[in-house]
Amino acid sequence: MPRLNAATRHRVAFTLNGKPVSLEAEPRLLATDALRHGLGATGTHVGCEHGVCGACTIQIDGQPARACLTLAVQLEGAAVTTVEGLAPERDRLSVMQAAFRRHHALQCGFCTAGILVSLDAYLREQPAPSEQELREVLSGHLCRCTGYTPIIRAALEAAACLRGEPLSQPSDREPAHV
Amino acid sequence: MKPAAFDYIRAGDLSEALDVLGRHGSDARIIAGGQSLLPMLNMRLAKPAVLIDIMGIAGLERVGREGDLIVVPAGVRQAALMKRPGLAGEQPLLAAALPWLGHYQTRARGTICGSAAHADPSAEIPLCLVALDGEVRLRSRRRRRSVSAADFFSGMMVTDKADDELIEAVAFPVAMTGTGYAFREVARRHGDFAIVGCAAVVTRDAVHLAVAGVADRPQRRSFPPLAGSALTDALNGFAWELDARDDFHATARLRRDLVRSLGQSTIGEAQRCLA
Repeated sequence: MPRLNAATRHRVAFTLNGKPVSLEAEPRLLATDALRHGLGATGTHVGCEHGVCGACTIQIDGQPARACLTLAVQLEGAAVTTVEGLAPERDRLSVMQAAFRRHHALQCGFCTAGILVSLDAYLREQPAPSEQELREVLSGHLCRCTGYTPIIRAALEAAACLRGEPLSQPSDREPAHV
Repeated sequence: MKPAAFDYIRAGDLSEALDVLGRHGSDARIIAGGQSLLPMLNMRLAKPAVLIDIMGIAGLERVGREGDLIVVPAGVRQAALMKRPGLAGEQPLLAAALPWLGHYQTRARGTICGSAAHADPSAEIPLCLVALDGEVRLRSRRRRRSVSAADFFSGMMVTDKADDELIEAVAFPVAMTGTGYAFREVARRHGDFAIVGCAAVVTRDAVHLAVAGVADRPQRRSFPPLAGSALTDALNGFAWELDARDDFHATARLRRDLVRSLGQSTIGEAQRCLA
């Protein structure tokens, strides 16, 4: 039965966006701080630190999780995905990220990392979500800039695009970033 | 906000977890999904010396059936119960309430038993357990016992669980024929703590209404099948008995009003399920 002493640091190893990583963590270290300070992965944002705002949402083994409500030691052996892992390659946006850009679904961008990570997990589970379903997923995120409407538009369009459907009104929108 | 220091133990099986719990008592806390405990740790409302992680224990993640009971062990995440095939037929109240339990992002981690252990007065799982007359199964090194939900929840975030006990499972009775079930909730944002939550269980001879978010724990009352002003009066009486308080989110008066109006619409929905 492994017992990790409070006063010392312990090696925690997991995969971050497909790459094996490890850091030394006290048991009380939050996953947010492990990612940002321990590993320098600052894409995950820290808002409320009690699970309400959703800015720090990551995926643990493909499922969404609040990094601020997760201990670093709970990540041992897990596959962790953060916003840095969503784009297919450097300088190229994912389908959802490109839709966010087209629809102005972010202004300050503080909440965006968490929302993108949540939607990525949700669309794998429900590739054809209704607007109502998306609104319920987004109820787990606070955005104080957009009023959510452009986020919903971007998510619906990206979901359709990922299903292989053509964009509904492409004419008066900026083309997807390539 | 960062937690105070604690030792962290990954229990390999239940007897290990119970040994540590027995040795440390109130200085130790069980962590499963952590969605209620981590906010308490981050805000330092809880400062345990030892955290015992039970999510690595095999067998705790499988929902089972024992006759007319749905048995949900301590490792079952809320999202997993929600995805159980046929849950809406097996127990419609649970299927209706689970989408209100926190958010998509917290249900993926949080457990059903963890929500029962936390015993927030506005929480959906304690409300469903009380409404359905479910049971909480406790275990320590010394003994196992089963407590009815009505006896388990004893106050605001206070339960009948002793310091050396953990919740091994909770059990929800399956739907009975000739019974209607309904759940409704009012919250500022879908998934936030309920201002008032109502669960109705209705038969031809009786109406049972359980209410969360008003008293210090979920409360259930049973009435004969009333209608019109008799029902309004009964709900008004129930609303005043719950000793509502003002807080940051709602006044006592709004809470009483919601017990009357939401209570009535929830009972109505359950009665329509009967017809």
